[in-house]
Amino acid sequence: MRRNSKIGRLPAWAILAVALVLTLFPFYWMVRTALTPAADLYADSGALFPRHPTTVNFLRILGLTSQEEARAAGGSGARLDFARYLLNSVVYSGLIATLQTFFCAMAGYAFARLRFPGREVVFGVMIAALMVPPIFTLLPNFVLVKNLDLVGTFAGMVAPTILMTPFAVFFLRQFFLSIPREVEEAARLDGNGPWGVFWRIVLPMSRGPLITIGLTTTVWAWKDYLWPLLVGREEQTRVLTVALGVFLQQSPNTRPDWTGLMAGSTLSVLPVLLLLVFLGRRLVQSLNFSGIK
Amino acid sequence: MKTMRAEERSQVAEPSDTGAPGRERARPRDDRRAAWLFLIPALTGFVVFFGYPTVRGFWYSLTDYNLLSAPAFVGGDNYAQLVRDPQFWHSLAVTVYYVVLNIGSQMLLALVLAALMHRLTRSVMLRAMLLLPWLVPNVTVGLIWIWLLDADLGFVNHLLKALDLGTVGFFVSPDWAMPTIAMVNTWAYTGYTALLLYAGMLQIPGHLYESAALDGAGELRMFRSITLPMLRPVLALVLVVSLIGSFQIFDTVAVASKGSGAGSAIRVIYYFIYQQAFQYFHMGYASAAALALALVLGVLTVVQMRLLRASRSDLA
Repeated sequence: MRRNSKIGRLPAWAILAVALVLTLFPFYWMVRTALTPAADLYADSGALFPRHPTTVNFLRILGLTSQEEARAAGGSGARLDFARYLLNSVVYSGLIATLQTFFCAMAGYAFARLRFPGREVVFGVMIAALMVPPIFTLLPNFVLVKNLDLVGTFAGMVAPTILMTPFAVFFLRQFFLSIPREVEEAARLDGNGPWGVFWRIVLPMSRGPLITIGLTTTVWAWKDYLWPLLVGREEQTRVLTVALGVFLQQSPNTRPDWTGLMAGSTLSVLPVLLLLVFLGRRLVQSLNFSGIK
Repeated sequence: MKTMRAEERSQVAEPSDTGAPGRERARPRDDRRAAWLFLIPALTGFVVFFGYPTVRGFWYSLTDYNLLSAPAFVGGDNYAQLVRDPQFWHSLAVTVYYVVLNIGSQMLLALVLAALMHRLTRSVMLRAMLLLPWLVPNVTVGLIWIWLLDADLGFVNHLLKALDLGTVGFFVSPDWAMPTIAMVNTWAYTGYTALLLYAGMLQIPGHLYESAALDGAGELRMFRSITLPMLRPVLALVLVVSLIGSFQIFDTVAVASKGSGAGSAIRVIYYFIYQQAFQYFHMGYASAAALALALVLGVLTVVQMRLLRASRSDLA
């Protein structure tokens, strides 16, 4: 009845507020635990603020404390180098996102605008691959990477996704089809070849969709776990997700090293938080169409 | 090389595609050299890491293969064994149980959130915050919740104790483990799903709500008579996409399985395949199971593509 009155809207806002608290509280608890000394874990198990806040958990998982200090702070004594894992994660997702987006843009443009025999057939076969779930190709891909002796290398980790994914090709082709042909024709008359048109005209016009694909691929690679676990488990290629799994199993006694684990978890959240702060609008808006993925 | 064979066919196929006005162009341009150069990286990636492994996957599923000696052809043995393997069926049942719990709660909550946002606010800030759990690795999500729900020191059990409700071994009790994981992933994906639905709702013409309001319709009535029916194509698409994702649950289960006592109660199909392949090195058997999962997902993907075609105007 009084649907526009402020009072009528109050319960609706209340539900949104509850949803927001439920969404954010676990992150708060993660940070709170990371700032708690391991010795206080029991006493502070219900406390909203640590009584003796400390940064030692971050320092020790980054390998910035001595082994004795780390063990005294609740560590297992196993060497941890989360700075390296963080860097590996950044390299892994950055490499895949940049190059995959670029190569898929090239392919998408060829499928959208260049004329060549067999175009529809090749494109159709690529799109059919959307129906093959990742797990089905993951097993043979592992065998392949293993036979090429690339297990434990970055090359092996990025190989399957750095050149293309069918979805990215499909998505970018759809966008390129929507660019008015006249623009490209004019550029051609100015003496540009296909590459010139693509590089000087089409790519700059496509910033939005390129960023969309780049961002979703970054997020996908950042979250990736199983493939890096199989191929890049070793220290020098270990990404954050794999490192956290290994860390969980290194529990010193019966209980996992929760303060350290939450510090590591915080490191895996921080970069995406930055992404959200600086590119939040873009990211949120990109869901309008990339959601079909 | 591959270009040669398709050549003749293309003369016929060419004019029909992309539907652009090509009439004023007397002689059709041929960019074949440039095109194949543009396609080299993607095509290489496709052939080596999508096409070839798909064929290999079929082949492995017909062999006995332990990664050390060469695959030995065994015909349909793996499939025959799979059909009789209670563990396989159990893992399928566990997966379906998870999917029902997860998708049910996730879609419902997302729909409520999206509808509320749609009628109340356009805040990008709010949407960004709701999206945060989706941006975080599932491994991290799993860890955060295993800790929050820890039987002794977890915050949630601390609350339950304070309320005199007794503690629950969320991740360790076989009865609780799967619903708990479903809940955790609902937490991780509801915001994302809500934003997809919200984007769909923004496509609904605002004047429908205005005239309904003039007619004295309340919000609930508008939701039922305008939002839901108009959103149907988007809703169906988001549902299918979520289903496909949900069937492939792995990371959370993998993390929860480390040191939890829940064992087979949370052994979903993806985890079953993973174990067969990389713990027991039954590559052939694992490939057969992967093909079974692929069939389920393939059906869903066909549905998705149908829906995509039907609702493209709404989404893109």
